[in-house]
Amino acid sequence: MTVIIIKKNGSGSDKVQAAWCWAWDQVLICRNYKGDVDMAEIDHFMPLLMQHEEDGLLSPVMSHGNVHFMWIKHSNLYLVATTNKNSNASLVYSFLYKIVEVFTEYFKELEEESIQDNFVVVYELLDELMDFGFPQTTESKILQEYITQEGAKLEVTKTKVPTTVTNAVSWRSEGIKYKKNEVFIDVIESINVLVNANGSVMSSDIVGSIKLKTMLSGMPELRLGLNDRVLFALTGRDKGKTVVMEDVKFHQCVRLSRFESDRTISFIPPDGESELMSYRINTHVKPLIWIESVIEKFSHSRVEIMVKAKGQFKKQSVANNVEVRVPVPSDADSPKFKTSTGSAKYVPEKNLVVWTIKSFPGGKEFLMRAHFGLPSVENDEAEGKPPITVKFEIPYFTVSGIQVRYMKIIEKSGYQALPWVRYITQSGDYQLRTNV
Amino acid sequence: MTDSKYFTTTKKGEIFELKAELNSDKKEKKKEAVKKVIASMTVGKDVSALFPDVVNCMQTDNLELKKLVYLYLMNYAKSQPDMAIMAVNTFVKDCEDPNPLIRALAVRTMGCIRVDKITEYLCEPLRKCLKDEDPYVRKTAAVCVAKLHDINAQLVEDQGFLDTLKDLISDSNPMVVANAVAALSEIAESHPNSNLLDLNPQTINKLLTALNECTEWGQIFILDCLANYTPRDDRESQSICERVTPRLSHANSAVVLSAVKVLMKFMEMLPKDLDYYGTLLKKLAPPLVTLLSAEPELQYVALRNINLIVQRRPEILKHEMKVFFVKYNDPIYVKLEKLDIMIRLASQANIAQVLAELKEYATEVDVDFVRKAVRAIGRCAIKVEQSAERCVSTLLDLIQTKVNYVVQEAIVVIKDIFRKYPNKYESVIATLCENLDSLDEPEARAAMIWIVGEYAERIDNADELLESFLEGFHDESTQVQLQLLTAIVKLFLKKPTETQELVQQVLSLATQDSDNPDLRDRGYIYWRLLSTDPVAAKEVVLAEKPLISEETDLIEPTLLEELICHIGTLASVYHKPPSAFVEGSRGVQHKRLPGSAGSGESVESPDTGSAAGASDAPPAVIPSQGDLLGDLLNLDLTPPATTGPPPPATSGLQLGAMDLLGGGLDSLMGDESEPPPIPLRTDTPQSPQVLHQSPSPPDYSPTELGGDLGGSSAMGAGFGAPPPAAAAAPFSAPVSGGLDDLFDLGGGVGMPMGAYSPPKTVWLPAMKGKGLEISGTFARRAGVIQMEMTLTNKAMSVMTDFAIQFNRNSFGLAPAGPLQVLTPLSPNQSIEVALPLSTVGPVMKMDPLNNLQVAVKNNIDVFYFSCQYPISMLFVEDGKMERQVFLATWKDIPNDSEAQFQIADCRLSSDAASNKLQGSNIFTIAKRTVDGQDMLYQSTKLSNGIWVLAELRVQTGNPNFTVCLKCRAPEVAQCVFQSYEAVLKN
Repeated sequence: MTVIIIKKNGSGSDKVQAAWCWAWDQVLICRNYKGDVDMAEIDHFMPLLMQHEEDGLLSPVMSHGNVHFMWIKHSNLYLVATTNKNSNASLVYSFLYKIVEVFTEYFKELEEESIQDNFVVVYELLDELMDFGFPQTTESKILQEYITQEGAKLEVTKTKVPTTVTNAVSWRSEGIKYKKNEVFIDVIESINVLVNANGSVMSSDIVGSIKLKTMLSGMPELRLGLNDRVLFALTGRDKGKTVVMEDVKFHQCVRLSRFESDRTISFIPPDGESELMSYRINTHVKPLIWIESVIEKFSHSRVEIMVKAKGQFKKQSVANNVEVRVPVPSDADSPKFKTSTGSAKYVPEKNLVVWTIKSFPGGKEFLMRAHFGLPSVENDEAEGKPPITVKFEIPYFTVSGIQVRYMKIIEKSGYQALPWVRYITQSGDYQLRTNV
Repeated sequence: MTDSKYFTTTKKGEIFELKAELNSDKKEKKKEAVKKVIASMTVGKDVSALFPDVVNCMQTDNLELKKLVYLYLMNYAKSQPDMAIMAVNTFVKDCEDPNPLIRALAVRTMGCIRVDKITEYLCEPLRKCLKDEDPYVRKTAAVCVAKLHDINAQLVEDQGFLDTLKDLISDSNPMVVANAVAALSEIAESHPNSNLLDLNPQTINKLLTALNECTEWGQIFILDCLANYTPRDDRESQSICERVTPRLSHANSAVVLSAVKVLMKFMEMLPKDLDYYGTLLKKLAPPLVTLLSAEPELQYVALRNINLIVQRRPEILKHEMKVFFVKYNDPIYVKLEKLDIMIRLASQANIAQVLAELKEYATEVDVDFVRKAVRAIGRCAIKVEQSAERCVSTLLDLIQTKVNYVVQEAIVVIKDIFRKYPNKYESVIATLCENLDSLDEPEARAAMIWIVGEYAERIDNADELLESFLEGFHDESTQVQLQLLTAIVKLFLKKPTETQELVQQVLSLATQDSDNPDLRDRGYIYWRLLSTDPVAAKEVVLAEKPLISEETDLIEPTLLEELICHIGTLASVYHKPPSAFVEGSRGVQHKRLPGSAGSGESVESPDTGSAAGASDAPPAVIPSQGDLLGDLLNLDLTPPATTGPPPPATSGLQLGAMDLLGGGLDSLMGDESEPPPIPLRTDTPQSPQVLHQSPSPPDYSPTELGGDLGGSSAMGAGFGAPPPAAAAAPFSAPVSGGLDDLFDLGGGVGMPMGAYSPPKTVWLPAMKGKGLEISGTFARRAGVIQMEMTLTNKAMSVMTDFAIQFNRNSFGLAPAGPLQVLTPLSPNQSIEVALPLSTVGPVMKMDPLNNLQVAVKNNIDVFYFSCQYPISMLFVEDGKMERQVFLATWKDIPNDSEAQFQIADCRLSSDAASNKLQGSNIFTIAKRTVDGQDMLYQSTKLSNGIWVLAELRVQTGNPNFTVCLKCRAPEVAQCVFQSYEAVLKN
């Protein structure tokens, strides 16, 4: 297996001109882990990609002869893994995304400059991340303990492998110290909604995420208590509101078998920021911001848009930074707007009207009207039917009603630590189809 | 200060400078130099010349420098195996270093140096490292065993490393266990039959314990390894499942998929009536659904796997239809996969919702997606009977949109609906017929024709409709022709009186004017059927059709089982067994699901046991268009294999008794019609000419043969004439006969003419070049290959800064200089450029061989196009071989690398041909005449030194030439032949 990062220089447009790496494109860095795939094979990648794009058959896996390319794209870089075996494809993609994550944490941005500026560290990292096609240590916090950008300062005698690398607790180093021991817990719920053109909700779910910012000394044992219905049923308590989580995913620090047996979320947290867990709730959610739209297109003359937005959440709550994005035909011109609150703006490069409302109290209803001219000669290229999308944030509130009941922190030195909890609900994939 | 400065030094004499710096006394300078070397290596420059100097820097106490030197070694050791030995001592020393980081680094790097001599020295250090006190070293050494095995498997076995590796499975450190498992699995893959992993309940237990403690990647190795185990009974199976299910909550999608693989496999062994079985099924759905919120590429892998899982265990996701609804911003590959799964999950309960979604998709703009959505509606109709009517009306709505490809796609699926529910929806035929003219795709035309033929008795003007297709019969694609033939025969059987002429017309078109053996054979079969026994014909042609199944394109069950065992891997993404795309995996055993234990439900997995148990035939599926025609007739119309001798029935050329429609049609039509005189070739199974099949049937018109078809034995003899001389006379005979005197003939070669250069063609249309149009050709002028281009600016702005590059290509063509466009190119201006080419560029084999990928850059953008150059550009001037050499070479090249081609319709004398070819550097060495046939012996040499030898046979009065080509690189033959053809015909 080989991992290669290619920079695309060919052209600004994504669609037709996927450039070929042999021309002005460039292999930035490459690490052949097994020697089973000839390095020259990568020259087939870009032509192949371009051909797939032209045929409308774009696919994350492509093959040329007996070499298979699995690739992801990160801004103008392509990260390509090549193999000639029946490799574990999901492992390969996870690993490629992990590379992006590690490099981003090391260099802030993963881009051409950061790779060239740090190629020595990049090589070192590639060596440590994978060996003979097997991913190894991919925790950037741990890697940073023995692979640093100030490589020159490290003399052989001083550099040691952190025991963490091979420990069962491979995500946290020993000997961390804080003056004030604190944990910040963010409970963030994203609402995904798909609404049909006739106004019926096709699908909706909540994807929740619990993020930690841990500033704790030593090796603390943490236990998180949620109002999880299964847990409450197990323990025989049924006071108060509970939540049914359809599926839960945990950071590797959480003891999965413990959770499986008694629903306890127990773990030794990574230091600093991390996503502890995510969950999915399948209950039918009322779309928090309901949009009604009338878009009338009079061919060769004009488009008239009327959008009504209604806050379908508690009066005490307020949605912040609400953005309603309404698609308009690409050949529309001379926009005119009228809004009952907030401001509307035409973004021609995205063919959108963006209606922004800084603060949107629950139960309220607002209106926006837009008027566009259409050219008399019509654009004969068929355009898609992009949906209306909505962005928002509602602080101090979760749709599901999930609550952190407690966070127990036990460390052998016996310090007292404070957990802080914050709740926020935001839009996820929030799409409302239109008739036009 | 950043490292990017190392990339900027590109002066001449760089290597010398670096050499000096590498040997500098100053540490800092040394390190800088090594960095520069690595930087050059990164951008693809060859710095292997510095090998000894870099290796000298190896002994250092600077870790960063050491790592860089090691990196260099990994890259170049293979090209300098002897010098690589120099490094051995340092490696061995480093493996004993007090710092575990160095020990691990040394053993890791050594394993990556694929030089046999080095591996011998690796054994001792490796043995120590496998027992190292530091787990970091042990886990690195474990992987190193796999590396060493890849280089020298025997050595690993002889040294007993495999046993040490197995011991590491019991190591106290989870990461060591995980790497040992990964290494063993990798090694086991190349030894399919060895019981290397030796999985038994004890080792399984160890693995399951390590599973809870190792990194996410380690968990994947262990789960993938567990998937190869076959539990002894359902209780063990259950207990493993119980310990694997917590992994479904892991944040890493790859861990989840590998856990799903283990569960899907072990579930086979659980009795279905077990409570736990139901629990497990319920546990699988949520994580599978959550995978759909991962990154798009992981979603794609998940969807391809869900597609398999849904086929094997539909109950898992049957309530999850909604999550597969397509979102506007999904990438196209995700959209198409979701659509597939939606159809698989469609049932009476959710069909209304599904149809509403599909109709929505059918109005999108992405053509491929829309087509698939329309097709999906048809599949729903076939799958869920109750919804058929709704589907048909949805399809009719879509037809009303008049969007061309939507209409065509709809007609194709409506044909399937008609087949599934005969005599139910014929009322829509009228609407379909309205769109007849807009159908331009063969599949849609064929479907429409099938519908007309099938319901001919209810369509008043069926004959007119079909007749309208008949006009352009020869321009139609084969599937349309076949369908039209069948449809008209059906029509004739249903309405014999009015359609006689039509059927004769189509039969003669199919049998006499067509070169397509399928079409001809089918024509003859109909013809014979109609003439001998019309009643039988009716039974055959209008036979009851087999039902089409509701489940469409299901994967064949044994393959499905194998793919379930490969969940998460490339095989599961391609839906192909690994043996289909991994080299050298032929002999590898196909993975199978374990048979179910405990319960008596053997139906569950019919193909797991012995072959005798494999009783269930795969379910019938909608045949693809090609098969459909055969199925419709319920006949096996498969054409004979091309290699074997053709079956007599279709190859006999003798004319025999011809009472064709005489008796036959009479009985069908009554006495009013007189027997139409149509020729027929009948079987003569014992015909001696059986093997001599003429490429197209002789041109007899029906009327000429009308009279005395009876016993025309003379005719028969005529047909049986010996094969024309042009057809493949073995070459060996003349060679052995008189090659010697043949070479005395030579001589008279005329004056060479100019080399052939094809006319310019458009390579880059202005549409794709943002206004830049490039047309061009290649020419060889005075021994120099030139690429001659016309650049035209069709944009509104001035173009400047032109440059050109080629991708590597088969013959190393590369621009010999820059693209000379000195003045800016104004709008509507054209400029002619000739770019001299050299043949010393980098080489990569292209397909086709003479393909050239070109990138042209200007101030606007970079544009890419491919073009093909005539290989004759590469024929060099000194390509005339000595006669003796020719003779020896010809004999020396084995006959199986000889290729033979025909050049049709070339009206040149052999001398003229010889002259023409010489103009393009194809030299005639000798000429020989046998029985009025001129044989020219020719040679030519390609720029890369490949010789091509040729024998050109020219029969006086026969415009068809035969070329036999012999070459040590047989793959060039096709291209060379094309050049022959191009040169001779221009």
